[in-house]
Order: sequence, then structure tokens, then C-alpha cells
Amino acid sequence: MRYSALAIMRQVLNGHRGWKPAWRDPEPQSSYDFIVIGGGGHGLATAYYLAKEHNAARVAVLEKGWIGGGNVGRNTTIIRANYLLDGNQPFYELSLKLWENLEQDLNYNAMVSQRGILNLCHTDAQRDAYRRRGNAMMFTGSGAELLDAEGVRAMYPFLNFDDARFPIKGGLLHRRGGTARHDGVAWGYARAADQRGVDIIQNCEVTGFRIENGKLLGVETTRGYIGAKKVGVAVAGSSGRVMAKAGMRLPIESHVLQAFVTEGLKPVLDGVITYGAGHFYVSQSDKGGLVFGGDIDGYNTYAQRGNLPVVEDVAEGGMSLMPMIGRARLLRMWGGVMDMSMDGSPFIDHTGIDGLYFNGGWCYGGFKATPASGFCFAHLMATDRPHDVATAYRLDRFRTGRMIDEKGVGAQPNLH
Amino acid sequence: MIINHPLLGPRDASEFTYLGDASLINRPDWQSDTAAAEFHDYLYLRDNPAGTHRELWFHEQGDRSWLVVTRDTLTHEILATELARDVARKTGRGK
Repeated sequence: MRYSALAIMRQVLNGHRGWKPAWRDPEPQSSYDFIVIGGGGHGLATAYYLAKEHNAARVAVLEKGWIGGGNVGRNTTIIRANYLLDGNQPFYELSLKLWENLEQDLNYNAMVSQRGILNLCHTDAQRDAYRRRGNAMMFTGSGAELLDAEGVRAMYPFLNFDDARFPIKGGLLHRRGGTARHDGVAWGYARAADQRGVDIIQNCEVTGFRIENGKLLGVETTRGYIGAKKVGVAVAGSSGRVMAKAGMRLPIESHVLQAFVTEGLKPVLDGVITYGAGHFYVSQSDKGGLVFGGDIDGYNTYAQRGNLPVVEDVAEGGMSLMPMIGRARLLRMWGGVMDMSMDGSPFIDHTGIDGLYFNGGWCYGGFKATPASGFCFAHLMATDRPHDVATAYRLDRFRTGRMIDEKGVGAQPNLH
Repeated sequence: MIINHPLLGPRDASEFTYLGDASLINRPDWQSDTAAAEFHDYLYLRDNPAGTHRELWFHEQGDRSWLVVTRDTLTHEILATELARDVARKTGRGK
């Protein structure tokens, strides 16, 4: 069923009794051409683009829990393409272009809202760095505007401009950035993939890989053995755990990132603000809650919860930027497990095992990458060649000296 | 998290800075024929286990000692703490 105003009217007339489940609940078949492990945003997008762009007919997504229950359900919903380096920025610009057409493409309301992202700067050096970054963004067509302090004040007069340590000197405005509803993204991709024949199999945990002579034959799961010609792993957060079953060590540590939401407030903040000096970012959801976050907790963990010192640190960052936030009650917080890679950039690559592909290492920026990640991973799995904008996301880049060190902190995953 | 410092007793984890896997104590021999490959593995690759994990914590806001902390990455439970110096000496280092 396609969603439309007419479809809604028809349902109104018959008392909403005709709505069908948005995707099927099929039994796993004995084998597939493509298996994607991980029913999050990236996995579902990969399956969708395999079916749509590469006409793959026998595709399955295997998810150990329920789809969209991992990191795509635990983020701050920001979409943007404001990177600096060649290996990254064209990829995120492709992602932003896919976001801009996502709802029409999927026939699903993912609440994509290009409300603009403002990166604040607090020193002359930071302003110079943003000028350079803005130029890099304009090279790929992402758009960027450098604001002075008065320009920022006109947009957000409530910010603390005269902070003794970090006075606001201006900002880099990325108007095409914004937010999208994270659950809607997972559900939209699931529904659209299902309509193209993808089997979405939930409650099906992959417990091992069957590999003979360096060639992958299929996967062992809690619902039996499933054969496959090609298997792609997109389980960010659990990449270390899953790839260890294939005998691989990755340049990744798993860390937790906390996010927070306040009670619903009247509209106060129409865009997204990031505050790099204190590491704090905030937007307001359509329901009214201020959604914000800061640094990762900074030690290895798979527990989907954080610790209180980081809550305090994020609250301090928020208060120093936007003192009025202290009047809002914090409604809830959550922790997502991040694949922190060694240079802060992701991987979309072959594994060296014939037929096994890997997508992960998204650090805490995986949500905005969802469409391009799926698009490029599907391209790699279907054609065995990396997509043009994802050629730098190699697993061996540390061995060959081709790191994509966007933040310049080297091999320190807890600092990215 | 409370880290039970072997010399100072229980201290709040926020006094410490985290470095990463305790295997970072075992720096490869730079004169080895395979040093480049060994340093790649040492610097970049991780076991990243879900469960018991040995890791390095630096008591930056305290006595500036390095500890090897054994911690469960699923529950945050701390199972053991040792001075990194003692761990290194047990393997024959720094005699």
C-alpha cells in the first residue's frame, strides 16, 4: 500500500480498519544471494539499495533483536555534511542529497527537516579553521556561511556571548543540515525494502560464520544455518563482537555516548547548535524536548548506559552556552554503544575473506551517514568495487598510512 | 565507578584518565625484522571484548600512577586493580 492523502481518507471512511503491517515477518529461507547482518539504519538501507539500485532479488536482513532497536534508536537525529577532508566530505554530501529525497523515495515520512546547523567559534584560530572548512564544504556543493558574532546574535540571542573562557566570536552555518526522525528512517527503509522483496528477519542472532578455504559459505544463526553468496556486516557498536566470530581483529574500540532530552517546551530553538569548545550540541524536537549530548564516556563498554560524571560534564557545557537550559527538567537520558575507530572515520570494505564485507567504525556520527552508507555498501557488495565517494574507507588504511584523521588526534579512539 | 587503588584505596573513576587496552604495556621491539607489522597491530588492532577487559587507567588527579584495571565491559563491575609497574615487572620488564 502506498501512503497518500487519498489512502488516509479511505481509511478514515472505513474507521482505520484496513491498515496493514508495514513489512512482512517471513521465515528465513535456506539461502540468499545477499545477507545483511544488522537491522539498524545502515543494514536496512543497504538491503534497500541492493534491491533498488542493483536489482538483487534474494536479500535478507538478519537482526538479533527488533529492527531499529540499536544505535539508530539511540542518537540525537542530526544530519549534516560539514566535513573537511577529501576522504569524507563528498561521502557526506552524497548522504545529504539522499536525505533530501528520502521521503519521496521511500514513500515514508521520516520528518527530514533542514533547519540548519550552526557551529560556534570562540577564538580567531577556530574562525580561521571554520573558514577553511566552509571552503571545503562549498567545493562539494554543501553550502556554508561564516557568521560574525552579530550574525549569531540575530539568530540565537539567548546564547551566552560573553562567557569569560569561550566568548562567541561567530559561527559556521550549514543551512542544509538539520534533523530527521530516527525511528522513521529505520521503519521507512524497512518498509521500502520489504516492498522490493527483502526478507527482514528479526529475533535472529548470527552466532558464527561458516568459512572454508578463505571463502564464506553462510552464517550460523539462532534460527539455523543460512547459506549466502555474499554477507555484509553492518552492526556498528557490536562490530568487534561479530567480526571476532570470523576471526578478525578490528581497529575499533566500543565506547558509550550518552544523549539527553528535556521535558517538552514551547518552540525556542529552530536549528541545531554545536559548541565545540565545551563539546555540546543541542536541537529541539518537534515534540518540544531539547535534545542534546556531549562527549563519549571514554572507556570501553558494551553496557548501553553511561556514568554520572559525564552527565555532569554535559550539563556544565549546556549551562555555559545556554544558561536558560538550567530551567528545563531533564526527562531522560540514554547511552548508545559506538564503534570508535582509531582515526575517527568509518570503514566500508572487503574483509579479505571471500564474500564477507564490513561496514562499521562510525564513531558517534553514524546517523547522518545512513543513506550513503547503505548506498555505498550495497554498491561494494553488488559490484565488488567501492563507490567513488567511499574509496578511502579501507580497513588497511593504518597499514598503508592513509588515515582519515578528521580531528587530528591519531590512534586514540577515546579522543575522537 | 569506584576504582580500588592498590596504594590509596577506593577512588572515584573521574580522578583517572583512560588510555585503553592493557596490552599497550607490551610495546613491540623496534629492532625486530617485522617491527612495522607488529607496531601496526599494537597501535591499531584491538580484541575489544564484551565482558572481562584489562585496561590502563592513569591516576592523573591523584598520585599519577598507572593502573591495570580488570573490568567487565557489560556491567562496569571492577574485578581487580594492580599497579601497571607490577604487571610489567611480572613479565620480566624493567629489572
